[in-house]
Amino acid sequence: MTDTSGPRDRRDFLRQCVGLASSAGVAGLLLAAHARQAQALPPVAIRPPGALDEEVFSAACVRCGLCVRACPFDILHLATPDRGVTVGTPYFVARQGACEMCEDIPCVVACPTGALDHDLRDIAQARMGVAVLTGRDTCYAVAQQTGCRACYLACPVKGRAITMERHQANGRGYFEPTVHTDACTGCGKCEQACVTEKASIKVLPLALARRDPPAAA
Amino acid sequence: MSAKAACVPHSVRRNLLVRNRWLLARRLVQGTILVLFLLGPWFAIWWVKGNLASSTVLDVLSLTDPLILLQSLAAGHAPHALALTGALIVLVFYLVVGGRVYCSWVCPINVVTDAAHWLRTRLGLGPGWQPRRSLRYWLLAMTLIVSAVTGSIAWELVNPITWLHRGLVFGMGLAWLVVLAVFLFDLLVSRRGWCSHLCPVGAFYGALGCAALVRVNARGRAACTDCGDCYRACPEPQVLVPALKPRAADASVVIASGDCTNCGRCIDVCGENVLHMGTRFAKPP
Repeated sequence: MTDTSGPRDRRDFLRQCVGLASSAGVAGLLLAAHARQAQALPPVAIRPPGALDEEVFSAACVRCGLCVRACPFDILHLATPDRGVTVGTPYFVARQGACEMCEDIPCVVACPTGALDHDLRDIAQARMGVAVLTGRDTCYAVAQQTGCRACYLACPVKGRAITMERHQANGRGYFEPTVHTDACTGCGKCEQACVTEKASIKVLPLALARRDPPAAA
Repeated sequence: MSAKAACVPHSVRRNLLVRNRWLLARRLVQGTILVLFLLGPWFAIWWVKGNLASSTVLDVLSLTDPLILLQSLAAGHAPHALALTGALIVLVFYLVVGGRVYCSWVCPINVVTDAAHWLRTRLGLGPGWQPRRSLRYWLLAMTLIVSAVTGSIAWELVNPITWLHRGLVFGMGLAWLVVLAVFLFDLLVSRRGWCSHLCPVGAFYGALGCAALVRVNARGRAACTDCGDCYRACPEPQVLVPALKPRAADASVVIASGDCTNCGRCIDVCGENVLHMGTRFAKPP
């Protein structure tokens, strides 16, 4: 009831408008600064299949969690404010639960806004990220030449996204898991399956791995 | 007090349930909506999935918050048809039942700010900082501009409503901090500060309310005793004046301002049966 007094005249009205606009403007600048900062995506957080490029994703995703509910394997999470992922947006952590690459891609079908691209019909075309052999020094197959091929066996794009390539070192032959980025969907199965204490092969977000996603099929 | 009691026409009005019927109905609806969203995560009964930003009901009906979609459009995304139709349904719904029905009957933050206001009144704190109520419309414009400039759904980065609702349905994390901030703001800084002065979501639904069908009216204003109960109960008391105390005798009895949340609390507290829920076409008796 304290602010029902209307403007006295046109000058007063204008003065009020300038005051209100400035207040909103200050709030807007703070929000814009926060928006820029909040678009960071930590490398462990992988977007669901079909997710638009990160810069467009925050314009498209309404943070409703319908993809989370649609996932039959419950691997997707909505980011809480303390996660370092844009608040409310969906992600999964491959080491804890990799994408099972459902053929009908229910998470994409459930997305109401198209932040997960409905044009993605073939899950093998998904590019959630890309696997990288980050620990050649820890990988059993390379460092200890054990013949481990857990990642190769776990890979759902069998024999195409990861192959075991023969190399020679110290007079001995060994097989090194080699990622073929044109076939890797970034599902994270390899990272989840890796037997070393800290995964020696990891899925990184596409932007980080600096690879352009292929044109939509 | 005794003079007022003498004016009470019906003894039923003194009944506690009747006297709080709109408030109770409102809390019931707020609770039911929240429970519907929680049935899934708590009991695996998936009648409603998603959250207030977007949801599906019984896997058929798709609903989307129109303001969030508007920000998405401003940010340059062309949404899928599912979200567009969902937002259209919500838009039409609130155009019928009254825009800010969202605020008083659905929004979970309303419970928080109502609690803060109750406590603030109990503690006898004055109005505190009272920015102009029109500031929220400027903030609404700001959220759309920032969305366009940053290419992101800007208000969702900080919106306490969806932080709280998403937190309850999907896991809270530190989201309770923003809820606590709103509570403390309304308790210690500004009476009815958040919902009635600042919230751009309320401003958006208020703009819808300007054209909404269901409106409160002061059909019985001839019986008004100027006791002031409705003004004290109303979160937006300025909306009551034109209908209750008109400058001309033949002025409309309808509370036309979109700021009115159709909460019905004024109807509850009025001892003289002055106020009624009706449509925007209500006429004086």
